[in-house]
Amino acid sequence: MYRYSEFDTAFLAERNAQFRAQVERRIDGSLTEDEFKPLRLMNGLYLQLHAYMLRVAIPYGTLNPDQMRQLALLAQKWDKGYGHFTTRQNIQYNWPKLNDVPDMLDALAEVGMHAIQTSGNTIRNVTADHFAGAAADEVADPRPYAELLRQWSTDHPEFQFMPRKFKIAITGSENDRAVIKAHDIGLQLVERDGVLGARVIVGGGLGRTPMIGKELSPFVAFDDLLAYLEATVSVWNQIGRRDNKYKARIKITVHEHGIDAIRAKVNERFLQVRPQFKGADMALLEEIKGHFAPPAFREGSVAVFKDAYHHDPVFRSWVDTNIAAHKQDDHAIVTISLKKQGDTPGDATAEQMRVMADLAEKFAYGELRISHEQNVILPHVHKSDLPAIHARLKEHALATANIGLISDIIACPGMDYCALATARSIPVAQQIATRFEELKLENDIGELKIKISGCINACGHHHVGHIGILGLDRAGVENYQITLGGDGTETAAIGDRTGPGFAYDEIVPAIERLVHAYLDLRDHADETFLQTYRRLGMAPFKAALYPEAQANAA
Amino acid sequence: MARAFTPKVITANDLLEGDVIYLTADDRWSRDLAEAELITDEAHAQLRLLDAESQPSKIVGAYLADAIAGHDGPEPTHFREDFRRTGPSNYRHGKQETSPQPRA
Ligand code: HEM
Ligand code: SF4
Repeated sequence: MYRYSEFDTAFLAERNAQFRAQVERRIDGSLTEDEFKPLRLMNGLYLQLHAYMLRVAIPYGTLNPDQMRQLALLAQKWDKGYGHFTTRQNIQYNWPKLNDVPDMLDALAEVGMHAIQTSGNTIRNVTADHFAGAAADEVADPRPYAELLRQWSTDHPEFQFMPRKFKIAITGSENDRAVIKAHDIGLQLVERDGVLGARVIVGGGLGRTPMIGKELSPFVAFDDLLAYLEATVSVWNQIGRRDNKYKARIKITVHEHGIDAIRAKVNERFLQVRPQFKGADMALLEEIKGHFAPPAFREGSVAVFKDAYHHDPVFRSWVDTNIAAHKQDDHAIVTISLKKQGDTPGDATAEQMRVMADLAEKFAYGELRISHEQNVILPHVHKSDLPAIHARLKEHALATANIGLISDIIACPGMDYCALATARSIPVAQQIATRFEELKLENDIGELKIKISGCINACGHHHVGHIGILGLDRAGVENYQITLGGDGTETAAIGDRTGPGFAYDEIVPAIERLVHAYLDLRDHADETFLQTYRRLGMAPFKAALYPEAQANAA
Repeated sequence: MARAFTPKVITANDLLEGDVIYLTADDRWSRDLAEAELITDEAHAQLRLLDAESQPSKIVGAYLADAIAGHDGPEPTHFREDFRRTGPSNYRHGKQETSPQPRA
């Protein structure tokens, strides 16, 4: 049976009661930490540097206003008044007390939410484009397909004993906002002669061995997709390496055998498994689609919008950066920036969460999304409501017009919170954003994605940043490596390392030198940083980054 | 050749609060690194770690962290331990909220 929230009420209540009892037994000493740890991790409770951390799942990054208000309540009642939205489309609370966590989980269950983590070597949550169902450029809403894949894989015997965990991302658009080439399998919905299907990408991933996925097939019709994916996973199951945790990911299998050899094996296996699929999955898909049906879009004049756009330059600049094209001409997709210059990327206060919930309820058909770029989205807004939304956002420090610009930085928690970190990332992001705000260069620089990770696990996706920053520990001191030319979209690429890293107090000036070099080097004002880098290569940027080396060579 | 033993303190996280704590010479858990017992002998360090680990209903994840003798007690030698005794740098949360800790 299909359930939108993944787990039903009775199941959540039972799980929460179990965990409450486990917490009690840990506290009274009848469970040791070794026994308790796997139980708390399954329930999304981690121990970080300064405190526990609770990670709450947001399936497909989609929230309704009541859920957002409940997230605000948790922040206010059991945390320090804020929550942190991550690149995994979930929210983290950085300061819960062990005793309070069962109450927090009960409060989440009231709105059908949970912190249960999919774990182990199975297919992890399937992720989808955060503009799904709204984007003007999409062939179809990818979420029903994502949900079909998740349900199909959850209890599937073939997928319970895989060499390693497995992540799938889906987009319905040519413009890839779901980073499909950095997932084990990436799917792009495409239409061919009136038939809907998917382009299949395989073998991407970030982490310590970053790789861009390769095309396994340009088109698999939807009737055949599950059979084709089963064949793919099955081939990997057979030949994937199990001798080494880091070599077990499908990206390594693809790299070692070559995409052509993998394709030949998958095609062979596909013919064997195909007869087992009899179309029941397509019936399920139809049912799922009902749950992702678009709202009844209202009609009306957009005169108010046009008027404000012409007369209010602040509104105009916000519209130009934070609004994306909706499939309904008179509607728009609003991205609310959680990246006000100088603030922590991805953090929202309880009050801000409530404001966003109210706006969604009043103007956006009750829907909110969380993007992997750590911003909040109102996917469906009638254009005539944009001025009112903007006015309300301004009152709560939520109207920053910087989506896709230099201060819209992705940063992982880094050494300020994360127990695995080798250096900080948040203050580096804060300082870069503040610096370019002071220089008043942000709009002139244009599209530029900076992504920062505080260790090699790459949660900040630094490999696919136009400028990537990786924080390391070099002989007991923070040191930051820079990569250039990374790209997480349809033209995906892994960034190239520039050379030696920079100390904590040298990294912001280094970024400033890079950006000034770009401004000098670009052909015209519309040539982006990434385009300039692709045209000229590393040399001129390296010269700007390491002036001493230049001087010594001269 | 064995490396010379460098001075250590015993640190962990409090089971209920989750915050950073240090073992003192008189067997208390303190929130303040300056009150920690600075251990200069390797055998004694292992014994004290066992003492710490035998208190699972109070603490989580005890380990030996490098430290040096400072003016008012032990001080961290690595920035990770400096953050642990202070709190995050983006908000004045954690230990710096209640008892201001110097940041080197
Ligand atoms: C703070 C606690 C966190 C811990 C302990 C943690 C731990 C890890 C570890 C160990 C890995 C490597 C997994 C593997 O390949 O074996 C990983 C990967 C990853 N993490 Fe985190 N993480 C944390 C927070 C986050 C946050 C806040 C985000 C998003 C902002 C995030 C996003 C990711 C992503 C996208 C990957 C996958 C990289 C890949 O494609 O292989 N993580 N994390
Ligand atoms: S990249 Fe490293 S430091 Fe950053 S959140 Fe992930 S595990 Fe922690």
